[in-house]
This record gives sequence, C-alpha cells and structure tokens, in this order.
Amino acid sequence: MQRAAGARAGPGALPTARHGGVRWGPLVPIVPALLVVLVLFVYPFAYGLALSVHPIGSLAKGGMLANYAAFFGTPWERASIWNTLRLAVPVSALDLAMALPLAYRLRRPLPGQRVITALLVIPMTLGTVLLAEGMIEFFGPAGWANKVLLALHLVRMPVQFVHNYTGVFISLAIADFPAVFLVLLGYASGLDPRVEQAARTLGAGRWARLRRVTLPLLAPGIAAAAALSFVATFSVFPSAVLVGEPAGSTRVIALAAWQAAYEQFDYPRASAIAMVMAAIELVFVALVLAVRNRAYRGPTIGGRG
Amino acid sequence: MSAVARAARARTAEGSSWWVYAAVAVFALLVLGIFLSAFLNSIASSWFGGWLPDGYTTRWYRFALAEFDLGYVLWVTVVVGVSVTILSLILGVPAAYVLARHAFPGRSPLLLLLVMPMLVPPITYGIPLAAMLYAAHLGGSLAGVIIVNIVPALPFVVLIMTPFFEQIDPNLERAARTLGAGPVQVFRRVLLPIALPGMLAAGLLILVRAIALFELTFLVSGARSQTLVVALYYTAFAAGIRPAQAIDAMAVVYMITGLVVLLAALRFINPVNMVIRVRR
Repeated sequence: MQRAAGARAGPGALPTARHGGVRWGPLVPIVPALLVVLVLFVYPFAYGLALSVHPIGSLAKGGMLANYAAFFGTPWERASIWNTLRLAVPVSALDLAMALPLAYRLRRPLPGQRVITALLVIPMTLGTVLLAEGMIEFFGPAGWANKVLLALHLVRMPVQFVHNYTGVFISLAIADFPAVFLVLLGYASGLDPRVEQAARTLGAGRWARLRRVTLPLLAPGIAAAAALSFVATFSVFPSAVLVGEPAGSTRVIALAAWQAAYEQFDYPRASAIAMVMAAIELVFVALVLAVRNRAYRGPTIGGRG
Repeated sequence: MSAVARAARARTAEGSSWWVYAAVAVFALLVLGIFLSAFLNSIASSWFGGWLPDGYTTRWYRFALAEFDLGYVLWVTVVVGVSVTILSLILGVPAAYVLARHAFPGRSPLLLLLVMPMLVPPITYGIPLAAMLYAAHLGGSLAGVIIVNIVPALPFVVLIMTPFFEQIDPNLERAARTLGAGPVQVFRRVLLPIALPGMLAAGLLILVRAIALFELTFLVSGARSQTLVVALYYTAFAAGIRPAQAIDAMAVVYMITGLVVLLAALRFINPVNMVIRVRR
C-alpha cells in the first residue's frame, strides 16, 4: 500500500498513505497559503458575484440580473468586449507565432545565447508608462519611426501610429512578448532531443517531425503561454488609455469596469462587468485546454528524461 | 563518426540560424528606439522636429525629484516589493514543498486553486477586494497595498518552487530523519540550504513583477501609498499639467530600477530554468 502510494506520485514523492488512510499531519504547511487564497481571492470573488446581483440606484428595480442586462443591453458597454477581444486575440497569436520558433531554436545553446535571451526579456522592465511615453515620441508625427519612413519615401505623410488601435496593439505586443517567450523556452528546453532523433531515424522529414512530434510535445507549453498571454492582454487598461483611444475604439472591458467603480461609484455594476470578464477569460482558457487535449494527450512534461 | 562530425551534422540538420539574430535585432532595435526616444526626451532642454534634441539638461530629473516626491515614491516601491516578495515566499515555499512531496486526495484541485489567481484578470477580484480593504480601514494604506500584491505573487512561488522541490532527492530528507532530525530541523538544516538558489530566483522574479504590477496597486493605493508605476500612471494620465520630459525622467528612473533587479536575476538564474526546471 505504502509502495503504491509512493509510486503514484513519481519517484520524488515521500509516501503519505499508510495503512490505507491518509496522514494529514505533513500537509499542514500548505494551510497558510490556502487561507490567503481563500480570504484574499475566493472570498472577494464570491463577494463580487453576490454584489453583482444586488443592483443599486436606477437599476435596483430591475431584478437580480439588472446589472448584466444593463451591460449587455447598452451597445456602448457591450462594445468593450469586442474592443478587448480584437486586441487580446491577435496580440496573443502574434506573440506566440514570434516566440515559438525563437524558443524552439534557442532550446540548445547558440553563440551569444545569454545576450539574446536578455535582449528578448528586458522589455519586461520597461513598464507600461515608459513604453507608452516612448512610443508617443518614437511613433509620433515627428518621431524616428515616421522620419525613417519619410526618408525612405515609403510614405508621403506621417503615419498615425499612436492614440488609436495600432498604438495599443504595438504596446501590448511588446509588453507581452517576454513572458510568452520565457514560458515557451522553459518547455522547449525540456524536450528530449532523442525523441526527435528517433523520428529522424525512422525516416520522418523536417516537416513531419515538426508536425507529428515536436508541436504535439510542445502543446502543453503553447497552451500555457496562450492562456497566460490572453489573461495579461485581456485585462489591459493602462496602455489602452495612454496610447489608445479610450473614449472610442480602445475602450476595453477593464476600463469599463474601472469607470463603473471609480467614476460612477457603482460597485455592483462594476462587479457585474468584472464577472463578465472572468467568464470570458475562463471560457477562453477552457477552449485552449480543449484544443491542447486534441493535439496531445499524455504526461504534461512529456519527453523529459 | 567522430563527435565533431556528428555535431556538424546536427547543426546542418538544425538549419542555419541567421534568422534568430535578425529577429532579435529587429525586436531589440524597436525597443531601443522607444527607450531612447523617452530617455533623450528626459534629458532634452527642447526637442522640436530634429533627429536629436536641441540641447541637453538634467533639470527634468531635479524637477521630478522635487515635484513628484520621487524619493518617497521609490521608498514605497521598495518597501512594497520587498515585503510582497518575502511574505509570498514564506507562504508559498512550504505549500510548494507539500505539493512536491506528497500525494494526497485532492492534490490537483488544490494546486489549481492555488494557481487560479494567475488565470483570472486581477481587476475581477481586485474591485471587491479593494472594497473589502476599505471596509477594514486598510484601503489606501501601505499594508493594504502589500496585502493585495501577495495574491498574484503567491501562485508564482508555488508554480516555480514545486518543480524545484521535486528535483531534490528525497533520500536526503530520509537520511536526516534517520539521524534523528525533526521535521522543522530537516526543513531548516537540509532543505532550506538546497532550496536557497531557487528561492532567490523566485524572489527576484516576484520583485520584478511586484514592481511592475499595476492594476491591484492602482485600485487600493492612496496618495501616500502609491508605487512608482501608479504614480507614473497618474502623472502620465494628467499629461499637460506637467512637462512630458519630467514624466519621461520618472519613467527612466522606473525602468532602471526594474532593469537592475532583472539583470541581477539573470546573473543568478538561467532563464531556461526560470519557468520549468528540467528534472535530471
């Protein structure tokens, strides 16, 4: 029995089960962390959910779902979902598409590896505001980007890059890239090279190896990176204000929630918008996991020795 | 086949890698251009239309130091960052150890619960959490800012430290137990020294993230408990009231703070092992 319990948890685990029962004593150290998550995350979340079905003000007579009805019934509010999705989905997809080949190639050392990874990770430290301020100057009408484009006669008039959708897109794509890259690099460097060698020995070409062996093995990493990237880009709002058009095309859903809470002091309605956000987020994560399970089923750290 | 020939074959099978350097160069140039635009503007006496500023000055830094109370804001940022890092390590490391070493019913849902705050946008629980803290008279205080920032930091510790403990040989603990050490002694004398590099790595990463985390601090902080990001957002949001160069000066100070921590982190850890540690 003891042996069986140890084996289930893999070679590293100490046996917990004894005489068929579970000894809860060794599990005590997990309690403080659990309490923190329960008090500071689960409870506020439940509180927000409860708050959202108790509308106040002019919505109080509308019944439990009045806040939700108001959000989905107002085109201006409803549009914030679309405004957010059309940023979050393409930015996540672009960053994944850029990071995947880089992470895959860098899983084995290349000359200058440390410098390359540092250069790719450094934008983490830029911060939204420096990125925004720098972009306003760099991409502004008299900024270097437009100067270069004009000097090369690629455009006749300065292009407007900031204070619109493009500005937020660029800002998010840069800010989000390091995390996506790091997650993929972690998974890619865990791939066992022998698996691919075996596929080659069996006559698989480059494309077949990539499609049938490497990508399925990387599926858990791609899913994790996609989920984390979507969480980050979906909840964006500083850059949507600073380099976007917050009164129009980049009025994202997080901004809608913030305005309800801190400009109209309607916490119940703000909570309802926050719950809509969480629901969309969780649906997306579930979709990613479903796609991942279609691509590959097996140990999460598959291919590791 | 000799080792050299095999390596050469492996390299050709991999294909040439010039595109890696090209992609990294394009990305780095873009980021450098954006950073330099802000940096040059922060030391420019004026910059109208030319490729470079018309003259240079340090007055915007002096202005930022005086006008934005930069010294105090930096102090708040350091206090919040360090407190969040230490507290989330104290809470997260024992939990990660239990998750790595013990198989018990409900382990997977528990792990999911502990990691959940990373999967949900901070603003969804941040707004009610802020309301809770204000009700408890902690809103706007330094303690309140520290408390909210622990929520997204804790899952990060669990996620990094669980695989780290998994790769430590359990026989070391068994040997210590055989020699008469109690659980606390095993942890303090055996596990802690081994886990210290991993904890340092996790700690530095949390510090970078805590310095950069915006939403939760924004929702909870008051005038005297703003971290650098939040103070920066307010000044940038109220653009026009203060000169853009002074905002840039502050942003540069922010970037350098984060950069120092990140470069320290990269010295201690190989980014390859930053997220998932390969078990050997």
